[in-house]
Amino acid sequence: MREKGIIRKLDWPLAVCYLVLILFGWMNIFSALRGDNTNIFDFSMQYGKQFIWICISVALAFCILKVIPARIWNGTAWFLYGVEILLLLAVIFVGKNVNGSRSWLGVGSFALQPAELAKITISLALATLMGRYGFSLKTTSDYLKVAALVGIPALLILLEGETGSVIVFMGLLVVLYREGMSGWVIALGAFIIFVALLTLIYSPFVAEVVSIGVFFLILGFHRGRIIAWILVAALSVTALTFLPKVFEIEAVAALSLPDISIIAGGLTVLTSVILVLRSFIKSSRNSFVRNALLALCAAVLVAVAVDICFEKLPEYQQGRINVLLGKVDDPKGDGYNVHQSMIAIGSGGFLGKGFLGGTQTKFGYIPEQETDFIFCTVGEEWGFVGSIALLVIYFFMISRILLLADRNKDRFARIFGYCTAMCIAMHVVINIGMTIKLMPVIGIPLPLVSYGGSSLIAFTSMIFIFLRLDMERNKI
Amino acid sequence: MNFGKREIILTVVALVFVVLGIRLFKIQILDESYTLDARNNAMRYETVYPARGRILDRSGKTIVENKLIYDLMVTPRTVTEFDTTALCDIFGIERSFIEERFAYWKENSRKVGYGAMPLLRHVSSEQYNRFAERSDRFPGFNAVTRTARIYPINAGGNLIGYVSEVDRAYIDKHPGYRPGDYAGKTGIERAYEERLAGKKGYTIYFRDAAGRNRGRYKDGLYDSLAVAGNDITTTIDADIQSYGELLMKNKVGSVVAIEPSTGEILTMISSPGIDVSQLAEISKYYREISENPYNPMFNRTVQSAQPPGSVFKLVNGLIGLQEGVLTPNTMYSCSRGYTFGGVHVGCHNHPSPINLTQSVAMSCNAYYCYVLRSILDNKKYDNIEESFEMWRDYVTSFGFGTKLGSDVPYELGGNVPTIKTYNKLHGKGHWRSLSIISLSIGQGELGCTPLHLANLCATIANRGYYYIPHMIKDDPDYPIDPKYLERHYTKVDTCWFPYIVEGMNQSVYGAGGTSHISQIPGVEMCGKTGTAQNPHGDDHSVFVCFAPKDNPKIAVAAYIENGGFGATWAAPIASLIVEKYLNGEIAPGTRKDLERRVMEGNLLHKVKVKKKKR
Repeated sequence: MREKGIIRKLDWPLAVCYLVLILFGWMNIFSALRGDNTNIFDFSMQYGKQFIWICISVALAFCILKVIPARIWNGTAWFLYGVEILLLLAVIFVGKNVNGSRSWLGVGSFALQPAELAKITISLALATLMGRYGFSLKTTSDYLKVAALVGIPALLILLEGETGSVIVFMGLLVVLYREGMSGWVIALGAFIIFVALLTLIYSPFVAEVVSIGVFFLILGFHRGRIIAWILVAALSVTALTFLPKVFEIEAVAALSLPDISIIAGGLTVLTSVILVLRSFIKSSRNSFVRNALLALCAAVLVAVAVDICFEKLPEYQQGRINVLLGKVDDPKGDGYNVHQSMIAIGSGGFLGKGFLGGTQTKFGYIPEQETDFIFCTVGEEWGFVGSIALLVIYFFMISRILLLADRNKDRFARIFGYCTAMCIAMHVVINIGMTIKLMPVIGIPLPLVSYGGSSLIAFTSMIFIFLRLDMERNKI
Repeated sequence: MNFGKREIILTVVALVFVVLGIRLFKIQILDESYTLDARNNAMRYETVYPARGRILDRSGKTIVENKLIYDLMVTPRTVTEFDTTALCDIFGIERSFIEERFAYWKENSRKVGYGAMPLLRHVSSEQYNRFAERSDRFPGFNAVTRTARIYPINAGGNLIGYVSEVDRAYIDKHPGYRPGDYAGKTGIERAYEERLAGKKGYTIYFRDAAGRNRGRYKDGLYDSLAVAGNDITTTIDADIQSYGELLMKNKVGSVVAIEPSTGEILTMISSPGIDVSQLAEISKYYREISENPYNPMFNRTVQSAQPPGSVFKLVNGLIGLQEGVLTPNTMYSCSRGYTFGGVHVGCHNHPSPINLTQSVAMSCNAYYCYVLRSILDNKKYDNIEESFEMWRDYVTSFGFGTKLGSDVPYELGGNVPTIKTYNKLHGKGHWRSLSIISLSIGQGELGCTPLHLANLCATIANRGYYYIPHMIKDDPDYPIDPKYLERHYTKVDTCWFPYIVEGMNQSVYGAGGTSHISQIPGVEMCGKTGTAQNPHGDDHSVFVCFAPKDNPKIAVAAYIENGGFGATWAAPIASLIVEKYLNGEIAPGTRKDLERRVMEGNLLHKVKVKKKKR
C-alpha cells in the first residue's frame, strides 16, 4: 500500500521537471563532448559517467522517497551539518587541487566536492533552527545565530577558493525575508551592490555622489515633500561634481591631499555621525532618518572599501571583473570563455542547430563546456526556443516549490523548500548570466544539467527531501 | 500565512529571468554577428586554385601554359616532433633554415594563428614524391599543388608579362584577392587578368579549437568548384616575335609590327627584355632584372617616347597636301640644307631640286622646312598660334600625343607640343614658324612611342585610317572592345595618301632612296628612314615600313637607340621581320648576310646608362 501512497502523494509535476532536466542535461553533455564517438554509454567519457551519476541520483531519490523516514531530516540536520563542516575542513587539508580551488575529496575513482553538498546541510540546519518554536527573527541573537550557521561553512568554502558557492548563499536572504525579515534589508543589500558596481565601473567618488543623491530622494519620499528634496538632491549632486575640478587647481593639488573619494566620503560619514548622535541626544523618535543616515554611511564605506579591495585582488580576478563590466574588451585573454560562449549561444539563432549539430561546442571552442558552460550547448543546438523553454522549466520548478512550501503546514518543510528554490534560482541566474555576459565568470553549475556528480546529488537530495516532506504535509 | 511575500519573491525572480530572456533574444535573434563569428571559428575555407588560362599566338600556338608545382606548407601549431634530418635531406635545406623559420613563426604566433605557412616554394615533383611517401613522419607539414607558368616558345617576355604573388597594396586595390593568391602584374597577364585567372573555389572544412581538420562541412555541399581561367588568343605571331627578339639581341630599342587591316599587333619587342625563362620565378630574378642597367622591365614599345626623326616628314607632307600649300609637283631646292633668317637645318648630299615623291625617298630636310613654313605661315590664318593649333589638330588625329588606347598596360601618350609650350619657351608673341622649324623633320619637342610610329605606318598603309592597335583576338565568347573594330580616320583626306606611299616606295626602290637596304625579294616594299638626333651620343636609328605596297599585310616600326642612320640598323631589322613574316624565310645571299650582321651586331657599348641606385 505504501507503493500506491508514493504514486498518489508525490508531486508529479515537480518530479517530471526533475527527470526532464537531468535527461536534457545528459543529452547536452553528450553533444558537447562526443567528438566522433557515437556511444553515449562510453564510461571513460563524462557522458558515460554522468549516466552513472544519474542512476545513483535516481536511486537516491527513490531511497529518500521510500526508504528514509521523513522525520529523520529534522532530527539529523545538526549532525549532518557537523559532518559537512568536518568534510570542508578535511578538504582544506587533504583536498585535490583542481583549477586553482582546493575543493575536491577523492573517493575511489570518483571525486567529491563537499562545497556542493553544503547547500543541503545549511538548508536543513537553517530550517531546523528557524523552524523551532519561538524563533522569530526579531532579536539580534536570532540573526547572529543565522549568521553563524551560514557564515561558518561559507568561510570554509571561501578558504577552498569556491567563491561561487558562497555567493549562492546570498539567496538565503530571501528565505529570511519570507520568514519575517524586513524587505528594507534586502533593498539595502541591493543598493550596496549597486554602489559597489558604480565604484568598480566609474570611481568611488561617483558612487558617493550617487549615494548622497539617493539619500536625499528617499528622504523626500519619506517626508512627503518630494519636489523640495529633489531640488536639494540635484543641487548637492551638481555641487559635488565640481569638486574634482577644485582638485585640479594647482594650489590645491600641491597640498597632496588624500584621494578625493576619501575626503568626500570622510566628510559625509562625519556629518552623518554628528546628525545621528544629535538625534540620539535629542531622543528624536524619527528612526527612519537615522537609519537612512546610517545606510548612507554604509554606502560610502562600501564604496571606499570596494575600491581598496579591488586594488588588492589578484590580477586575474581584476581582469575578469573588468571584462564583465565592459571596461576591457579582451576576447583572447580573460574574456575568452565568455566571448566564445556568446558566439556559441548567439549562433544558435531561433531554432538552434539541432541536437548534435553545434559546431562551437563540439569542436572545443569553449572550455569547461560540459560543466559550467553547458548552457552554450543548449543555446547553440536548441536555439532561442530551447533556451527559453529551459528558463520556463526552471521558473516553473521554483514557483512550484514555493507554492508547495507555502502549502505545507510544517515550518521546517516550508523553510527548507524556500532554501531549495532559492539555491536553484541563484544557480540558474548566475550560471546562465555568466554565459551571456550578464554576470562575472563564477564557476557554479547549472542545476541538474551540468556535468558533475556532487552537484547532481546535492540538487537531487534537496528536491527529493522537499518532495518527501511535501508528501507528509497532511500528517501533522 | 503570508502569500503576498511569495508573490513578491516570484515577481523578482521572474523579472530576473525576463532579463536573461531579453539578453538571449538579443544575441540569438537580433545580433547576426555571432553566427558569423561561429563560422569563422569553426569553418576553414581552403582555397582551390584554378588553372590559369593559356596564352596562344595568332595561329593557335601556345606561348604560355601551366605546369603543376608544389609548395611545402607548415601549420606551426600542429607540428609535433618531426624528423628534421629526413626533411632537410629530402629538400636539400639546412637545419638552421628550418629553425630560423620556426623561431620567426613563434615570435609572430598571434599573426600565424592556426594558419598554414609556406616553408618552401616550387618544390620539384621528385622532391614532392619523396616527401609524400614519408609524410607521416612530418606532422603539420603538407604540400599543396598549384600551377606555375611555363613558356614553350622564347618569345615576348615583356609582352606576356609575369605572374607573381599579390602583395598588400595589390589586395587593397583588388577586392577578391587574398594573401597567397597570384595575379598577372605586367603585359598580357595583367591586361587580361580577369579572363586568365578563372574563379577560385573553396572547400569548407570544420576545424576544432586546436585548428585540427575535422572533416568536410556537409560533405562538400557548400563547397565551390574552381573554374579554370579562359585561354586567350593573342594577335602576336610567336615565330616573328621570337625571330625579332633574336635580331634585337644586344641592342636597345623596340620593334612593333601591326597588321594594318585590323590593327592587330603582330610583334612587340622591347630590348633588352625579360627572358621567359625568368618569368616563371620572377621573384628569384627580380633583383638581377632590376639591377640590369638597360632596364629590361621598361616596356619601350609603349613607354619610351622620343622624337621620331625624319619619319615624321610623312605627317608634315600629308598636312601640307591637305592644307593645299603643297602639291605632288611642288619643287624645292636644297643645297645641303635649309638656311633662313639665321636658322640652318643641314641635309645630306642629294640631287636638287626635287618633288614630293623624291623628298620622301631621299628624306630631304630642306624640303620639309619649306613645307612646314608654308603650312604655318599660310595667310588663311591670322597668326602663328592659330595656324599652329591647326597643325597640331592634324598631328593628334594620327594618334600622336595621346594614348592610342591599346590594351598594352602602361601605355604612354607621348608628347605633341602646344601653344603653351612655346609661349613658355619663347614668350607669347615671340615665336614664329622658324622658331619651331625642327618639328618639320620630327625633332624638337615631339615625343612618340614606337607604337605611335607603327600606327602611323599602318595608317599610311591603309591610305588614311587606322584601327587602335591591340594584342587580343576577337573571340565570340569574349568580344574585344568595339573600339578596336572601328576605323579611325585622320584629318587628312584619304586621296593624299597614295602620294606619300609612292614616296615611301621610291625610298626603297627609287634613285637616291634612303631605304634600299630594306628591299626584299618578291615583295613590293614601302619604307621611310629616320635618324633621331641624340645629344647624348650616337643618333637613334628609326625605320617604318609596310608591305606589300598594295593590300599591306604588315606595318613595322623599329627604333634602335644609338643605332645611327635609319638605314644602318632599324631598316635591316624591320625589313628582315617583314621578309620572315611574308616569305616565311630569309632569302639566301645578301639577305642572309644582312641577317647575320644584324644578329651579331652589338650596340650595347654605345648606350649610355645611368648608374642605378641600389
